[in-house]
Amino acid sequence: MIRPTIFAVLLFGLGIPAMAVLPNEQLSDPRQEARARAISRGLRCVVCQNQSIDDSDAWLARDLRVIVRERIHAGATDAQARDFVVRRYGNYVLLTPPVEAGTLALWLGPLGFVTAGAIAAVLTLRRRRSVAPPPLTAAEAARVETLLDKP
Amino acid sequence: MKRLVFIAPLVILAAIIVAFAAGLQRDPAILPSQLLDQPLPAFALASVEPGRAGFGSATLRGRPVLLNVWASWCAACKVEHPELLAMNAAGVPIFGLVWKDQAAAAVAVLTTSGNPYRATGDDADGRTGINLGVTGAPETFVVDAHGRVRYKQVGPITRDIWMNTLSPLMTKLRAEA
Repeated sequence: MIRPTIFAVLLFGLGIPAMAVLPNEQLSDPRQEARARAISRGLRCVVCQNQSIDDSDAWLARDLRVIVRERIHAGATDAQARDFVVRRYGNYVLLTPPVEAGTLALWLGPLGFVTAGAIAAVLTLRRRRSVAPPPLTAAEAARVETLLDKP
Repeated sequence: MKRLVFIAPLVILAAIIVAFAAGLQRDPAILPSQLLDQPLPAFALASVEPGRAGFGSATLRGRPVLLNVWASWCAACKVEHPELLAMNAAGVPIFGLVWKDQAAAAVAVLTTSGNPYRATGDDADGRTGINLGVTGAPETFVVDAHGRVRYKQVGPITRDIWMNTLSPLMTKLRAEA
């Protein structure tokens, strides 16, 4: 009974979630490997553009994963490793675009729309409240009376 | 004021439609080259052809040249191959960076279909390609006499692209040099 249990535990221990990162790419230092994975998840694969290089099976994604790991292994900081790829392929490869002049509309746009909507809503509501209907004339009041009196 | 409330949203909508329509014309697969107007990164590659000299970033200086990134496994490269042969016959200096390929397979293509390249460079591990910001094959860099990248053509060179884009640019660069 013990032996199958040990076997099962080992089997589950070996199981890794399906992902593009191949075992032979991984760094031996788990802390460096974790940093490399975090960086890879934020870099766009330029071949299959809506995947990160961490998810992609494309050659180029694999090469870039290896390059990120080489940088980390050589002692680069996260920012330096990321910059190495950005210098070659541009900010487009960052899945989270940096805040700069060209991306201000992207970052502030939603806030602008919500603000504009809120202002419009406040103005409309305020106007609706201020424009109360004029008081009824005597004839109208009489008509209302007859209408309400009708059973 | 009241009219503005009606017109403003229409104007904004029209602006958004124009911006999106313009965006649809752009192919998102084509990334602008980070090397534009920058010198080529330094590299030196051996030839894939036995007994011939390869080339490097230094070789490309002195006159405007085309740096064509290709591979034997690349279908679109076969499409542009006849065009490259014609350009070479017309005296355009083209250098072939063989990207992530086996030298023997690349040489086989050159022997059977003709060789449009002044020299070939073997980038088997693709590192030079990555330093150049290559996203796929074929890609062609227009390099000026000072070794700076002036244009990047992503995808095969057609007659139209050569006649209307690359050839006028090469003429301009020759005049500059």
